[in-house]
Amino acid sequence: MIELKGVTRRFGDVVAVDNIDLTIETGEVCVLVGSSGCGKSTTLRMINRLLPRTSGEILVDGEDINKADPEALRLNMGYAIQSTGLFPHWTVARNIGVVPDLLKWPSRKRDERVNELLTLLGLDPATDAHKYPHQLSGGQAQRVGVARALAGDPNILLMDEPFGALDAITRENLQQEMLRIQRQLNKTTVFVTHDIDEALKLATRIAVMDQGRIIQHDTPEAILRRPASAFVENLIGKGDRGLKLLALRTVGDLMERYPQPRRPEPYSNGVNEADSLRVALSVMVWQNSAELPVFSEAGEEIGTVKREQLLQGGA
Amino acid sequence: MRLWLAPAAWIALLCALAALLPVMTPLFSWVEPGTDNLIYTRDSFYFLLQSHIWLVAVSATIGTLVAVSAGIFVTRPAGSDFLPLVSQIASIGQTVPPVAVLALAVPAMGFGEKPTLFALVLYGLLPILRNTLAGLGGINPAVLEAAKGMGMSSAHVLFKVELPLAGRVILAGIRTSVTINIATAAIGSTIGARTLGDPVIAGLVNGNTAYVLQGAILIGLLALATDSLFEATERAWARAFSI
Ligand SMILES: Nc1ncnc2c1ncn2[C@@H]1O[C@H](COP(=O)(O)OP(=O)(O)OP(=O)(O)O)[C@@H](O)[C@H]1O
Ligand SMILES: [Mg+2]
Repeated sequence: MIELKGVTRRFGDVVAVDNIDLTIETGEVCVLVGSSGCGKSTTLRMINRLLPRTSGEILVDGEDINKADPEALRLNMGYAIQSTGLFPHWTVARNIGVVPDLLKWPSRKRDERVNELLTLLGLDPATDAHKYPHQLSGGQAQRVGVARALAGDPNILLMDEPFGALDAITRENLQQEMLRIQRQLNKTTVFVTHDIDEALKLATRIAVMDQGRIIQHDTPEAILRRPASAFVENLIGKGDRGLKLLALRTVGDLMERYPQPRRPEPYSNGVNEADSLRVALSVMVWQNSAELPVFSEAGEEIGTVKREQLLQGGA
Repeated sequence: MRLWLAPAAWIALLCALAALLPVMTPLFSWVEPGTDNLIYTRDSFYFLLQSHIWLVAVSATIGTLVAVSAGIFVTRPAGSDFLPLVSQIASIGQTVPPVAVLALAVPAMGFGEKPTLFALVLYGLLPILRNTLAGLGGINPAVLEAAKGMGMSSAHVLFKVELPLAGRVILAGIRTSVTINIATAAIGSTIGARTLGDPVIAGLVNGNTAYVLQGAILIGLLALATDSLFEATERAWARAFSI
């Protein structure tokens, strides 16, 4: 658990972070979102003590971080940044292995860990491990950055726009991976972004920041339903709020299940159980259909989802 | 291994010429037909070469140690107050010609090897210092942020990240410094140091072009050999750290 109590950070006359209170429960993903310069990175960098705070208290599992040794503190906090900061003179494998090396893991254990992470993030241990950062695409480099943050098996992850400079498709893929990793590993995560869709997708709770203050701290659904101010309302976009709410729930939540899974009819178009209701609605509009078959991960037809239900109970 | 072929060839040529110049009388009689004293004999060329290299090597070692430490110090939080001053000195100092430093050293220290060494160290410091600052300052700040954020200690960041990344630029500074100092050391002959400048000075004073030529050839070869040695070292460094 991470607790920020009345934390302030000034740079000269600029108040970058203004007396914020924020509690991040163990295992939750807290997404800090807000416009550029509102103090997101500053908040993050105070948690791993890359920046000292001007006043206030930051506790990790009840202990003031200023009492801990800064290096030991950081070894337990994975850190990934938008510009990746990969070590240009080291291979991908050595970059990922840096924290295990600092923790003095035996080299076998480290190598296994590096391979495991490369696979987890969709990189190829055989070919990519020996590349140098300048030989990677932007998306691959950001994956390596995330892998490096995870390598020491830290309890806490701090991620500052880790998918920042990516195209929509790669970004989407990495978000999916992030969700999958999070389900698997259950780290306490503080994730910075200024993309509200990314925030809604990944967050357990979102903290909306503006000019160094936290305007609202709540679940994605609550933020969409009850924005605390005009600023938050603007951020989430009034117009497609309904669609964003649909995006939060999966088809599996709302579908009617058959008593027995069936074999799908050939060429039938439908949606997957794990797809969002927003996708289901889009498919319905596109096909002008009132009902869609729903398929399981294994490809069996397991039920249907109806337009009526979606419009009434979706958002 | 092919990397070291060129410097090895230059060094071999340099040694061979230092040994063979004394028996190349016919060649020099063609340059300076009027005299009998065609070959500089006050000291052996080997001795002068050795003494020249010794002066440059000692000054380069001291200069590198001092400049790199100073460069590291002013780029740490503790020394950051001195950074503007030191970088100014490093760039302004370069505009003072080496001869001026040599001339200033004499009144302070008298004649001989000592003032030459002093001038060489002082002047050789500057390019190394400048490149150390450029090398350390040129590292992508995100890399340093990540290094610290991963939990590396400051010493670890310095030795495992900063110096390997800045190394090539620092090495280039040492190369410049040594190349300049090979020439400056020759001028050291005018204030009493024993270097390959001796035959040149003697030749100029006595109007003997053959002497001048002998000194100049060896100084030139020494500079070329050293430069190609640095070239190979820089490549080896780049290969070792793959930058
Ligand atoms: N090292 C620094 N020195 C001076 N001012 C700083 C420093 N770092 C941040 N600031 C200021 O603090 C404020 C908050 O910066 P911060 O980097 O936390 O913003 P951010 O929310 O991460 O923005 P972005 O989305 O653009 O990354 C800004 O006004 C910035 O100019
Ligand atoms: Mg930022």
